[in-house]
Amino acid sequence: MQSPTKQAGPNHVDYKEVLAPTPFLEHLDCYCLTQDWASWNGYKVARVYDTLASEYFAIRSTCGVMDLTPMEKYRVSGPDALLFLNRLVTRDISGLQPNRVTYVVWCNDEGKVLDDGTIFNLDGGHYRLCSQHHQLDWLLISSLGFDVTIEEETHSIAALAIQGPTSYSVLSAAGIKDLDQLKPFGILNISVNGIEYMVSRTGFTGDLGYEIWVDPCHASELWDMIFSLRERGLFDIRPTGLGALEMVRIEAGFILPGEDFNTAETAIRADHDRSPYELGLGWLVNFEKCYFTGKRALVAEVGRPIRRKLVRMCIEGNKVPTDAFLYDRQGGSRIGTIKSCVWSPILKTNVAMADVIYTKGNPPKKIWAEIYYQKELEWRATWAQCHISDKPFWAHRRSSLTPPEKF
Amino acid sequence: MKAYDAIVIGAGHNGLTHAAFLSKAGLRVLVLEKNNYIGGATASLELHKDWRYSNCSYVCSLFRPEIYQALDLGRHGLEVVPLQGSVTFKQDGDYFGSYHQSNLRRREIARHSKRDADASIRFDTDLMKWCRLIRGFLLRTPPDPASFKIRDAMEFAYLLKSFHKLSESQIYEFIRFFTMSIAEYLEQYFENDTVLAHYSGGSIIGTGLGVYSPGTAYVLLHHAMGDVDGNVGSWGFARGGMGSVSASLASSLRAVGGEIRTDAEVVKVSVNRGRATGVILASGEELSARAVISNLDAKRTFLGLLDPNDLPEDVVTRAKHFKIRGSSGKVNIALDGMPEFPALPEGSPLTLGHMHFTDTLERLERAYDDWKDDRWSQDPYVDMVIPTQYDPSMSPPGKHMMSVFVQYCPVEADGGWTDSKRGAFGAAVINQIADYSPNFKDLVLHAEIRTPRELEDEVGLTEGNIFQGELTLDQLMFNRPFPGYAQYRAPIKNMYMCSSSNHPGGGVMGAPGANSAREVLLDFGKSTTIPEDFGDD
Amino acid sequence: MTKRSSVLVIGAGHNGIVCSNYLAKAGYQVEVLEAQSAVGGGAATFEFADGFWAPGLINAPYGLNKKIYKDLGLRPRGSKTSEELNCIALDRDGNHLILNRFGLTGGEVSEKDINSYRIFRKEFTNYSKVLDPLMVDRPPRLKDMDRKDKFTLIRLGWNLRFGLRTGSMREFLRVGGINMYDVLNEYFDNPRLKAALAVDAVMGQRMGPRTPNTVLTYIQRIWAETQASTRLPTSKDILEELYDSAVSRGVNFRLDSKVTRIIVDEGQAAGVLLESGEKVSASIVISNADIKTTFLKLVGTQDLDAMFCHRIDNIRSEGNVAKIFLAVSKLPQFRNLEQKNFRHRLLIAPDQRYIEHAFNCVKYGECSDKPVLEITIPSLVDPTLAQTGFHVVSISAIYAPHNPNKGWTALKTVFLDNILSSIEQYAPGFVESVVAKKILTPADVEEQYNNLGGHWHHGELSLDQSFMMRPVYGASQYDTPIQGLYLCGAGTHPGGGMTGVPGHNAAKRVLELAGSA
Repeated sequence: MQSPTKQAGPNHVDYKEVLAPTPFLEHLDCYCLTQDWASWNGYKVARVYDTLASEYFAIRSTCGVMDLTPMEKYRVSGPDALLFLNRLVTRDISGLQPNRVTYVVWCNDEGKVLDDGTIFNLDGGHYRLCSQHHQLDWLLISSLGFDVTIEEETHSIAALAIQGPTSYSVLSAAGIKDLDQLKPFGILNISVNGIEYMVSRTGFTGDLGYEIWVDPCHASELWDMIFSLRERGLFDIRPTGLGALEMVRIEAGFILPGEDFNTAETAIRADHDRSPYELGLGWLVNFEKCYFTGKRALVAEVGRPIRRKLVRMCIEGNKVPTDAFLYDRQGGSRIGTIKSCVWSPILKTNVAMADVIYTKGNPPKKIWAEIYYQKELEWRATWAQCHISDKPFWAHRRSSLTPPEKF
Repeated sequence: MKAYDAIVIGAGHNGLTHAAFLSKAGLRVLVLEKNNYIGGATASLELHKDWRYSNCSYVCSLFRPEIYQALDLGRHGLEVVPLQGSVTFKQDGDYFGSYHQSNLRRREIARHSKRDADASIRFDTDLMKWCRLIRGFLLRTPPDPASFKIRDAMEFAYLLKSFHKLSESQIYEFIRFFTMSIAEYLEQYFENDTVLAHYSGGSIIGTGLGVYSPGTAYVLLHHAMGDVDGNVGSWGFARGGMGSVSASLASSLRAVGGEIRTDAEVVKVSVNRGRATGVILASGEELSARAVISNLDAKRTFLGLLDPNDLPEDVVTRAKHFKIRGSSGKVNIALDGMPEFPALPEGSPLTLGHMHFTDTLERLERAYDDWKDDRWSQDPYVDMVIPTQYDPSMSPPGKHMMSVFVQYCPVEADGGWTDSKRGAFGAAVINQIADYSPNFKDLVLHAEIRTPRELEDEVGLTEGNIFQGELTLDQLMFNRPFPGYAQYRAPIKNMYMCSSSNHPGGGVMGAPGANSAREVLLDFGKSTTIPEDFGDD
Repeated sequence: MTKRSSVLVIGAGHNGIVCSNYLAKAGYQVEVLEAQSAVGGGAATFEFADGFWAPGLINAPYGLNKKIYKDLGLRPRGSKTSEELNCIALDRDGNHLILNRFGLTGGEVSEKDINSYRIFRKEFTNYSKVLDPLMVDRPPRLKDMDRKDKFTLIRLGWNLRFGLRTGSMREFLRVGGINMYDVLNEYFDNPRLKAALAVDAVMGQRMGPRTPNTVLTYIQRIWAETQASTRLPTSKDILEELYDSAVSRGVNFRLDSKVTRIIVDEGQAAGVLLESGEKVSASIVISNADIKTTFLKLVGTQDLDAMFCHRIDNIRSEGNVAKIFLAVSKLPQFRNLEQKNFRHRLLIAPDQRYIEHAFNCVKYGECSDKPVLEITIPSLVDPTLAQTGFHVVSISAIYAPHNPNKGWTALKTVFLDNILSSIEQYAPGFVESVVAKKILTPADVEEQYNNLGGHWHHGELSLDQSFMMRPVYGASQYDTPIQGLYLCGAGTHPGGGMTGVPGHNAAKRVLELAGSA
């Protein structure tokens, strides 16, 4: 035995720090008037900084900034990196060019979705995989037999999302050149004042937006580079919290694993997991490419009529059907549940993600939501008709314009 | 002489639970206890002047909330406070803490292995699947595979239905979980030795098996499927010690008219023409009842209370072969203050939960090897708790009571226990703790060392086995205690069994007591008072 | 009959030959690719010293399953086909205990134990019969069953409920999952008798007598024994019978042809790649190689699901037995043991605790300092193995780890010396008579036979790796996630020994899915 009684070392988990700080925390803290903090993957992030409405409209009409550091990030490199990733995800990424990003999902052996995320081709045979949930275990399991190195780098890459119509102008003004030719899902590596940044034209808002990635030791420089423009009165730039993000991502029609559906890894009860088809992500599944985990199961599933689907829905009226059951008619049989729902301030309607039962592969003809809502502490119930929407509720043309509009 | 409907032998928690449910159904019930206190292994006694302690069982999680609710135990004085986290101290001076707070817990696992931090999500999900499945069987009477009765067929149908709800891969994974060793099971998830050792510990507590013995993965469930207020897997302290469990049960029992007599040792069950008619006490007094229910373990019930001539031959043989090996000891310590654990950061919450000092699978397995050779583990696995950190009722302010559960300790240490051997066993434990806590030895005011021998002599657990029979595949479900007698009825008419020797087994669960009460009431033609499973956990 | 389909079998182990035999019989054109320059794999003889031949890895095979004998029309070889194979538990003082499936003698065993033994054998033989429907066919799936799966399960249930008396059925359900140690203690008093029986339960496994699961391994062994076709065969006899009949059916054996890759095209097996670079095409490929080699090396994880590979990777397949071959100048002199007994299995295992202690070591990556030994003298049966006037002694020694902490280079001599001095205690003068010696550790077995882990049975025969979970679910019915790729080795149900049953079951499955040619 060496010295069992030695003092606690410096690398120990600080039990008083339940939420881990991101490199931007001290800056965020100044803006966080509500001090309404929440945990995102164990990191301290704000739910709301000021008011939900101001943050929402920052994203939709000016420029919102969000701390992306807690997003799970993995670096994949080594001779088999591409082979490995292509066996992991359902989409064919062999054509993913250097400095390009793509959206992917991956499944377990049974073809049930484990998570979604993005793959960045960082050039030089390196890739970055960003995911919603912790995936190191699955990535390492999947790496058996492949010559790859997988490193979790969540904490060693700081990232900010700069989203909204003026985001291009803000970044240009901040000194990031060559942004005009950056297409959606493109990556730009640039050095500003001697600091290396990676800028990707990606986001979770359905609007024009960028994500900037930097070594955590330069997090403050990045922050100042952007927020000095606000201080100089040039742009309205606001930190935005999880609350606003939730609103814009539903409007944009992006699903959130763990909220809109149970990921396969956390599904305890049988049949509580979902395949890509059941999430409306069939377009991400490619049977023409090499083998990928879950392919056999998915091939079999395609041959059967779909049983249920996560759909985007508009709900009539103005009562927000949080957690509502869905019925085929008022008081009829239950055919699903709402998974996430917000009142869209721009569209002036309720938009939602809902899990709906299909019969013989077809969606229900009519969908009604039974909505419970409260007025002055008194609960009431009402019915509202719902309409499945094939397209995202919000997809502004500026989001794909290259070069983007300047302000 | 007062006539009773039912006499329960032994006022352990199962006996009391059983009696309470019978009384609730309107039966006249008497519980007889040999000791001058009730509770059996679930008692709070005086350890040292002003110090109270839980004599045997020391933490609470498995006790069925359905029973808690049905017998109104909260109002009868039971309070279960959740325990917070656990820690394994490492030999190199580091430690692995399983914090109650989930973010901290995750970061702490990641400190030892990033992969394991993520793998723990997969592990927790899988374990929860098996918990859900098994919990559904706890408050049910196991079916008899040899029977053709409708009820057994229906119970089997329920069992098959539960399995049918699983996917094919889940079915196989469940079978594997049931039959694998904890070490090999965990190695499918984790890589870090400390993490492995930390998670394995619960699987050997109370068993005569090692971490590499197939079947131990299932035992983990016996320590993981309990819950405190819906938090499956967490443990709690009964305020005032485990005696509060028995005290509240007794109070609930008395409230519905049940009687308890202490200092009333039953020496024989009277049997007349194949029917149990009552009991004979050590004092010579005879009591009669329409039903006799034994809360003693299967060995004591069939080899002690009954005459072999009254029993079928195979039952006697099976009782003799019943595996009820003692493998655990306890050291209860009164402390003058709170011991320091310098490895932990100042003020660390990790002392609030279970503490362990065995950081590798190899050390766990070697501890078992000692026991196989009838020695106590030289480097034992201990499960140590200091409940007085949040239970003010057990020691004077600023002083503490420490309960140390020790695995492994043989029933007979190589030729029998002597005082010096007992002292050496206690020293092995105390020295291990002192290795990690420099001021510990100075704080010890009184230490009580209990080997399986004492557990047997005082409480009446044969060989000191805490589960009243090992939880191996041959002694589970319809095999518990013996094949053919798993439905709580003894081979003698009007005689029943309600102890942990019966399904679903040990741990302060109350389920055997409740399940057997259901059978007695069925035979009495009374409607049941036993609650159904809450369902869908 | 026109030969239309071609089948490739990877590995000419006995299961591979059994399988190819069946397929050739059904009209397939079968080619067997063997890495070594002789057929037989672990069962083949090889020269371990100048003029001395090792009889292969198996000391005393029970012989192929009856059904295979009948189906393939094999003709038994070997002279003494009626003699029982005895097991002799050696005693230092000469009170040897001799037992076989009918009874036991010697060893100062009490009348009670002799009676118990009769009951014990009968009970366990009955238990093994319950498993019958499960053994000589693919193990059933437990969900999404087809008609045959259901039928197998119903037969199993029927056998359990009506094949056994109610008491035996209950007993079977009780002991099925537990350890030999407790069961033997319930039956017997004599320590050497218990040890002799326990050795049969643990030999080849990473288990000691107290390890739960050992009753199951014992039942499986009894099953193999009672279903065997002949008594006292040698591995060589069995192999020759099989090989000759395969060749006569037109099976083509290609030796020195190591397969390095199974070619998969769009999820379908398309052939194999040889070490020479040659590509051999076939739409049906059957692997007699161990499971990890087959999936992780030959197929590669690229074409398989990730969790499936993880499960394959987690198969426990580390060997625990060392084989020792000795050339001796004279037969060993065991006190009080007549020479006619030398043809049988000689055991050194005085009591169960001795075995358990030997087992303790392997758990920590050490060799047993007092190993359990199973000794045979194969040159008595087949004199061609040794030079005239000399003998070959073949020993299975447990426990030897696959990858000891200290490394095998340092340990080999120590372990070998331990073994020799153990025998010396029972047969004084033995060490002096040794003229040549060879030890095959699990690591050597891995290298010599391309068997990852070097496990006799290509994987522990524990409950979680048996039946529908052998080798892993998703590949337990001999077909695999790769269409056209089948498994036929000991890594599949019902496992190792020289029964040939995995090969038989695999062939049956191929014929079921691909149709007879």
